[in-house]
Amino acid sequence: MEKNFPEPLALIKKRRNEALSKLINSIPYISFLGVNFDRRGDEITAILPFKDELIGNPSLPALHGGSIAAFLEISAIIGLSWTQIWRQIEDTGSVTGSSYDAENFFLPKTIDFSVDYLRSGLPRDAYARATVNRAGRRYASVHVEAWQDNRSKLFAQGTGHFLMPLNI
Amino acid sequence: MKNKMIEKKKKAVEDFFAVLPHSISLGMGIDFIRDGEVGMSMPYDGKLIGDPQTKVIHGGAVFALLDTCCGAAAMSHPEQIGPTATIDLRVDYMRPATPSQRIKAIATCYNLTKNVAFVRAVALDHNEEKPVAMAAGAFVTGV
Repeated sequence: MEKNFPEPLALIKKRRNEALSKLINSIPYISFLGVNFDRRGDEITAILPFKDELIGNPSLPALHGGSIAAFLEISAIIGLSWTQIWRQIEDTGSVTGSSYDAENFFLPKTIDFSVDYLRSGLPRDAYARATVNRAGRRYASVHVEAWQDNRSKLFAQGTGHFLMPLNI
Repeated sequence: MKNKMIEKKKKAVEDFFAVLPHSISLGMGIDFIRDGEVGMSMPYDGKLIGDPQTKVIHGGAVFALLDTCCGAAAMSHPEQIGPTATIDLRVDYMRPATPSQRIKAIATCYNLTKNVAFVRAVALDHNEEKPVAMAAGAFVTGV
């Protein structure tokens, strides 16, 4: 009987990283803001590197409420999409995963998004992580937390509802 | 005398919002300023696309326009002095904005207390009968 050897680690990492970067690179607004993602297993953290164009009030200076909201909404959409893509490429039921079908992947659409500005955004990098609290067939509810220097000191949080595309 | 005050306030709001780097990078401009009511708009741009399949701009860009417009409406309220900061803002995305069309926002500060300004706003594209998005939020006053 043939033994099923696990996939080489390099191959697994390549598949996951390629899927994530394909998803991110397809959205112009993500590169406009300069957002990138750090992946550890299935967990992703959104990073917003500081740049002058993100500033709202230049006399403080503080990040613009709009750049913070957009950063949170991007984190929520990518976080939600990533859970779907992960299922598609990893939970295949066989020993090996499958590749990400970018052509036939549709993004969730925002129904509403609510942002809570807890403290002013400092002129430095920001981080965000999204939690999918409900992922039904028709809509999903996602919560996002964002921080700067201290993980326990959130500077903004957001909750949004998204219309689910018929991907899987 | 009162007219002079209104003009001074209008000028202050205009000057404040003309220099916000993020608003500049999105191409936002003020359409009108009245007591507690402001109109702002933003051009369509390929770099703002949020969904490559439909070419619809990202919700975050619409959110940024609505947030800025709401802040300006709070600042332009006759009893408000100085800048404001957003406490919270909720946006309902009612339909996708039509690609290549300019997005217009109109915000109204309908109540102002000692510490908080309550603001509502609507975002429209060329079809003004059906709003693209609506916003409701609270702003700190007397910052």
